[in-house]
Amino acid sequence: MSRNANNTKDDTHTIAVLVENKFGVLAKVASLFSARGYNIDSLCVGVTQDPSVSRITLVTRGDAKVLEQIRKHLSKLIDTFKVMDMGETDSVEREMILIKISAPKAARPEIFQIIDVFRGRVVDVSTDTITVEVTGDEGKIHAILNLLQPFGIKEIARTGKVALTRGAKTLKGAKN
Amino acid sequence: MAVATKAKSQTAKQPTKLKPQKISGAEIVYRSLEREGVKYVFGHPGAILLTVLDLFLKRSKIKHLLIRHEQCAAHMAEGYARASGEVGVCLTTSGPGATNLITGITDAYMDSIPIVCFTGQVATSMVGNDAFQEADIVGMTRTITKHNYLVKSTDDLAETIQEAFYIARTGRPGPVLVDLPKDVLLGDGDYQLPEKVDLRGYKPTTKGHPRQIQRVAEAIEKSKQPLLYVGGGAIHAEAHPEIVKLAETAEIPVTYTLLGAGAFPSAHELSLGMLGMHGTAYANYATMECDLLIAVGARFDDRVTGKVSEFATRAKIIHIDIDPTAIGKNKTADIPVVGDARQVLVEVNKLIKPQERPLWKKRIQNLRTEYPLTFDSPEGAPIKPQEAIVALSEEVGDKAIITTEVGQHQMWAAQFYNFTFPRQFISSGGLGTMGFGFPAAIGVALARPDKLAIDIAGDGSFQMVMQEIATAVQYDIPVKVFLLNNATLGMVRQWQDLFMDRRFSEVDFESSPDYVKLAEAFGASGRRIVDKDDIRPAIQEMINTPGPFILDVIVDPDELVFPMVPAGGATKDMIVRDSRKKILQGKLSALPDN
Repeated sequence: MSRNANNTKDDTHTIAVLVENKFGVLAKVASLFSARGYNIDSLCVGVTQDPSVSRITLVTRGDAKVLEQIRKHLSKLIDTFKVMDMGETDSVEREMILIKISAPKAARPEIFQIIDVFRGRVVDVSTDTITVEVTGDEGKIHAILNLLQPFGIKEIARTGKVALTRGAKTLKGAKN
Repeated sequence: MAVATKAKSQTAKQPTKLKPQKISGAEIVYRSLEREGVKYVFGHPGAILLTVLDLFLKRSKIKHLLIRHEQCAAHMAEGYARASGEVGVCLTTSGPGATNLITGITDAYMDSIPIVCFTGQVATSMVGNDAFQEADIVGMTRTITKHNYLVKSTDDLAETIQEAFYIARTGRPGPVLVDLPKDVLLGDGDYQLPEKVDLRGYKPTTKGHPRQIQRVAEAIEKSKQPLLYVGGGAIHAEAHPEIVKLAETAEIPVTYTLLGAGAFPSAHELSLGMLGMHGTAYANYATMECDLLIAVGARFDDRVTGKVSEFATRAKIIHIDIDPTAIGKNKTADIPVVGDARQVLVEVNKLIKPQERPLWKKRIQNLRTEYPLTFDSPEGAPIKPQEAIVALSEEVGDKAIITTEVGQHQMWAAQFYNFTFPRQFISSGGLGTMGFGFPAAIGVALARPDKLAIDIAGDGSFQMVMQEIATAVQYDIPVKVFLLNNATLGMVRQWQDLFMDRRFSEVDFESSPDYVKLAEAFGASGRRIVDKDDIRPAIQEMINTPGPFILDVIVDPDELVFPMVPAGGATKDMIVRDSRKKILQGKLSALPDN
């Protein structure tokens, strides 16, 4: 799950997979990646508007050849029925992060200001800390983490990326 | 039964209104097997399976064979499937019964063999508790099955089994595992099935894209030096008549992989025999010279290509395969065609015009004369394994289906046996499983009682599975073991000979059983031969003796398999027999990758 600093952004792909909402399917997808030596940077799974279908959004890395194999192997699984590289279409990508920051009284105005700029939401406050929720693309998350770093980040939790195509187009339909 | 049949037909019309009759899980398993046309189940019992086993006692439509080790149950199912094209079935208990299947399942996965394995499991309420004989077999087999299931309710059982068989036998075939918890077998459930299986996530492409097929035909017409490279997929797809037609019409020489042996007659004038690490020199040189390589149901395995970046570099690549993941995995295809090999070639053949390629044919002929597949057999020397195989081929020929173990004998069998029909050569290719051939031959004997099942074996492999002589004797299965006994692990020894300055570490068997006595101890028959003159009479004795037979052929342990492309080396690095002396002088002493 670690992020290799040497990898160029071009290598990174967000892949959406529609799968049967059944016992063991996520394990089959994860096993495919580990068995064939592919990386997963993040993975996000949830049920869709059709309760029999789950959507897995995963971020992976590899050159064109590796990506092609990943897509084909994902399609080959019996329980998957749609695989799409979200980078090949105009899409909206978001992830959510919860950040717990050291926030002594003196620092709070400045922290609040940063949160405001990023349209974050304060979800918890204690005497020494503030917990903030921020949603956005990878760049925005990266930027706010950088800005909050000097105050002392105590803990973070990230969801991993989810993505949808823009416009009326959807992922429904037969396996490609 | 009558009631259930009625219920089924009504179900198809009005699935929602009917109240189906409930039957036990064990009964569902049995009826499902009947429905799928299963004739044999290779199994080993356990307490969890009692209710299913009971049905084999009461009914006779399906024969259950009590095997001696579960790994062999999987290999027998594979042998049955490889020889017949039907799905092979095994049934074992939970825990060790299930884990012992793993090698066989992996073997089937690597070679795309349709088998369905049923494993007992502890009751659903106990799963995850480290109960007695519990193993997470679904977790363990996730990456070595085409698909697998843990059945959680008796109501799901019938449909799951129907899907399992469908998945195993369609598309790129492969093993499917169905894990059966005790309470699912004991409980009652619906026996309701859809008329046909329809899985939204599984729609294999069988028909090739017309545009691609057009491109294939054009490329063949333009090519001056085409070469067909045929793999096991061609046999699964029953594509052999189309391959012969294509080769003969457009005058294309044919080479095949280990698993493709039999897809094209070995003695055909266009046949180059096997290619790859121990393929014929002329087949390998042809891959270097061809300008068009037509891969049919083959996957550019490293044992075929050697150094893949230097494989068939002058050729445009056509790759016909039912599995999209096989295409572009090892070698980029210029013309990929996803589809069933037979269906695609039927369409290609409609577009092909008769062609003659006298220059290419002559070149192939010259290669064949210049680098023939040979061996020396000096007077008074020990029996050479190759001459034993040649004798066997001449004596039994197309009367036999040959299985092999894994190692030198396997390569010699592929090189020197004259194969005339598909499914005549049955061998563990991808996984290279020692101990495969003997149990597989038992499966073959059941699938094809009209043929003679002969396991060309090495003594190292045979010792891994020899307990199954008991199975063969118990059911009077006339399987023959043609044991090329060199009292060593010949293939590893060969690598030590060539790459480790003849330091033979941990390969020689300083103690071996007396295989004739061993056969007799099990109630089978056997004979040992050490003289060349005895080979043919002994083969006749072997085939004329009823029941299982071990022919122990004592062969020269120093014989090596040639030609040889060192692992990771390019085809041009091939060691043809004559150059062995150079290797021994250390010119090729670097240890290969794998």
